[in-house]
Amino acid sequence: MNARVRLFAVARQIAGRDRIEIDLSEGATVADLRRALAERVPELAGILGQVTFAVGTTYADDTTPLSPNADVACIPPVSGG
Amino acid sequence: MSLSLRGRDNATRARSQGTPAANDWRPPPNRSKPMILLTDRPIDVSAAVDAVRSPSAGAVLVFLGTVREATGGRRTESLDYEAYPEMAEAKLDELEREARGQWPLTGCALVHRLGHLEIGEISVAVVVGSPHREAAFAAGKWLIDRIKQIVPIWKKENWADGTSAWVHPGLGPSGIPPEESP
Repeated sequence: MNARVRLFAVARQIAGRDRIEIDLSEGATVADLRRALAERVPELAGILGQVTFAVGTTYADDTTPLSPNADVACIPPVSGG
Repeated sequence: MSLSLRGRDNATRARSQGTPAANDWRPPPNRSKPMILLTDRPIDVSAAVDAVRSPSAGAVLVFLGTVREATGGRRTESLDYEAYPEMAEAKLDELEREARGQWPLTGCALVHRLGHLEIGEISVAVVVGSPHREAAFAAGKWLIDRIKQIVPIWKKENWADGTSAWVHPGLGPSGIPPEESP
């Protein structure tokens, strides 16, 4: 199954793109996505331990399961305000 | 003269008939619709204040975040803000609802600017109304603190020396070369 991942701020800058599709096995969780993303874009590995993911518009944790064609966002520590 | 006196008597009678004990009068629930906005344009503070003012408010508190020139001993030339807009709006909505659950708010406006901002420009406006000032101060502080913690918005510092870097609190040096300004 596929996860569509949106990248923001420094993650977008490092990856040089704002979206990436990651192929995952059925039943994959956010933790699996984190590992797969680090393999696919090794430059991101340095920050992936400290970013949060959101599924849709809701913060997820590593145990959150991903549904096929899930819309996921990679959220580095926020700095609005 | 007599006409205006009679008018006043009628008004007094009407009020006392409608509400038996004058001290028990309560305003009708008069909560204005919250204003939640992300914008590429300069923030219209008067519009945000007008959206919050209401007959039931005795206090309207305005907090503005503005672009500061000095951070950590370095000079900033400008900032660029980026958001995950759908989620940022959802989170602002959520914070507005949570604040309303904790304090008797009569109105709320949460506006965040995106894009390129020069020194002194307004990056965020938090405006809350409540019957009394204590709740407005408390809710305003809580809201700006929470916005900075959970709303997916990021700023990039464009330093005066021509370098720039995304600000990610807690994200240590990750070997990212500074991005050159265009």
